[in-house]
Amino acid sequence: MREINEQIISSVAQQATIIRRHILTMLGEAGSGHPGGSLSAADILACLYFWGLNIDPSQPAWPDRDRFVLSKGHAAPVLYATLAEKGYFPRELLNTLRKLGSPLQGHPDRLKLPGVEASTGSLGQGISWAVGMALAGKVDKKDYRVYALLGDGELEEGIVWEALMAGAQYNLDNLLAFVDYNGLQIDGPITEVMSPEPIPDKWRAFGWEVLEINGHQVREIMEAMNQAEQVKGKPTVIIAHTIKGKGCSFMEGRAEWHGTAPKPEQVAQALCELNS
Amino acid sequence: MDKQATRDAYGQALVELGHMYEDIIVMDADLSKSTKTADFAKVFPGRFFNAGIAEQNLMGMAAGLSTCGKVVFASTFAIFATGRAYEIVRNSLAYGKLNVKVCATHAGLTVGEDGGSHQSVEDIALMRSVPNMKVVVPADGVSTRQALFKIYEQEGPFYLRLGRPAVPVIYDQSLELEIGRGIELKNGPDATLIACGLMVAPCLEAARLLEEQGIKVSVIDMHTIKPLDVDLVVRKARETGAILTAEEHSIIGGLGSAVCEAVCQAFPVPVCRLGINDVFGQSGTPDQLLQHYGLNIENIVKNVNKIMEMKRL
Repeated sequence: MREINEQIISSVAQQATIIRRHILTMLGEAGSGHPGGSLSAADILACLYFWGLNIDPSQPAWPDRDRFVLSKGHAAPVLYATLAEKGYFPRELLNTLRKLGSPLQGHPDRLKLPGVEASTGSLGQGISWAVGMALAGKVDKKDYRVYALLGDGELEEGIVWEALMAGAQYNLDNLLAFVDYNGLQIDGPITEVMSPEPIPDKWRAFGWEVLEINGHQVREIMEAMNQAEQVKGKPTVIIAHTIKGKGCSFMEGRAEWHGTAPKPEQVAQALCELNS
Repeated sequence: MDKQATRDAYGQALVELGHMYEDIIVMDADLSKSTKTADFAKVFPGRFFNAGIAEQNLMGMAAGLSTCGKVVFASTFAIFATGRAYEIVRNSLAYGKLNVKVCATHAGLTVGEDGGSHQSVEDIALMRSVPNMKVVVPADGVSTRQALFKIYEQEGPFYLRLGRPAVPVIYDQSLELEIGRGIELKNGPDATLIACGLMVAPCLEAARLLEEQGIKVSVIDMHTIKPLDVDLVVRKARETGAILTAEEHSIIGGLGSAVCEAVCQAFPVPVCRLGINDVFGQSGTPDQLLQHYGLNIENIVKNVNKIMEMKRL
């Protein structure tokens, strides 16, 4: 259980805004990448890295650290922005996103960047890694917790459900998953492309404790994380209702901003909005 | 001659390793009695995890475990390890350069009666072409055990290809196997037979028959297909001028291809690739299948005579 108060909430919310600013700037600089699903996850990552996770940026390989796996690896910009703000590497590196020789690959590469726990991008594999990490924690009787963030479209991958079965089978109560439930995937609304609904019922049926929250309300995210820590004998999922492109008026709720970078004038407009 | 299946040797060696090293985790996908990981599970129940019939998650979980300092041996049949789970092996294990050893049994035709759906004839090709992945195909039980110990010691992903049927024991305990170093079992000047897995024993027998015909061949056990012992291959190409490769695998992308790639750049000589000729297998006993697809002593002898002809041209 970690303390939640107005001051902490306000400071984490500020971090989320800083992260969103980085996301827009770095994607504008890169000229390609995935803004929609990065912006929708910014509040969750801010809560994790600036409140919830037991980590030390000066020791990225500390064996007892909590682990966070970005299973929806295409949202790499939100992870990079967060890691830079947390102090894993200099902020200047953010402008090298997707460029030749950069450690900030289009999708996270654990071999290239400190703080990246899993090489993800091919959807569904991250949650499977996370199950393995949580299992290792049980084998070693360690107290660390493992967190994973999945997209809702990602739930269409079969391996996700294999991993969920395993999480329940091995009673991994040290594992907490988030679903960034923004309702959109590249080709359109998830319910039209290949519906993973009803999402909460499915996770429940697979043996997980299910919590549902507004994924942009810092207090709700924190309270759900605290609640998840009390669940014993099974893993928990927080289904976070979010808005794709959150914080950027012309991107919000639009599938076409899944994998298109903003142009310089659009970046400028978006940054203005975030300032106001 | 004593016989032992390489999967049996694997199961026993895993238990030995388990006693020696605390960091070993063994995983399976509901085939532990067949892959012989059940031996380990019995002795170390707390370090064995069944993924159920879910090979993709088998590899993904292995990935996660390995990032927490575990050396994971993940087993299932070769067809599922390299086929069903290919992209997880590629993107999680190899791209992440993780310390996971994919130890697949029931490779090749000698799965037998289960038929073509279960006979992996392309697994070496798939694994060999993935960066960071190393590929080992031991010939008998003794070399399987040694290979497993070496694979444990070497950080990074490996593909260990094992078989279902009992095969002749070629080596005694004095063997000192080294990953990436082919073993010259026989030295002769007329041609070189390079084999892996269960084709090593018939090559040795073919060499004996050829000697009766006055043809003296070299025989190499090329247990490591990647990284290939290029120096040895090229040296034998120079010394003998003709090569025959033999493998229980498609002639596309396996040992034969690897040998051709090596000699064509350094010292081109005729190479005959004995293997499965770009077809799927079928049901039958292992022996019948090896006969049917030409993976037998007679065919080795016949083809050595052929490459000897080519050498004279």
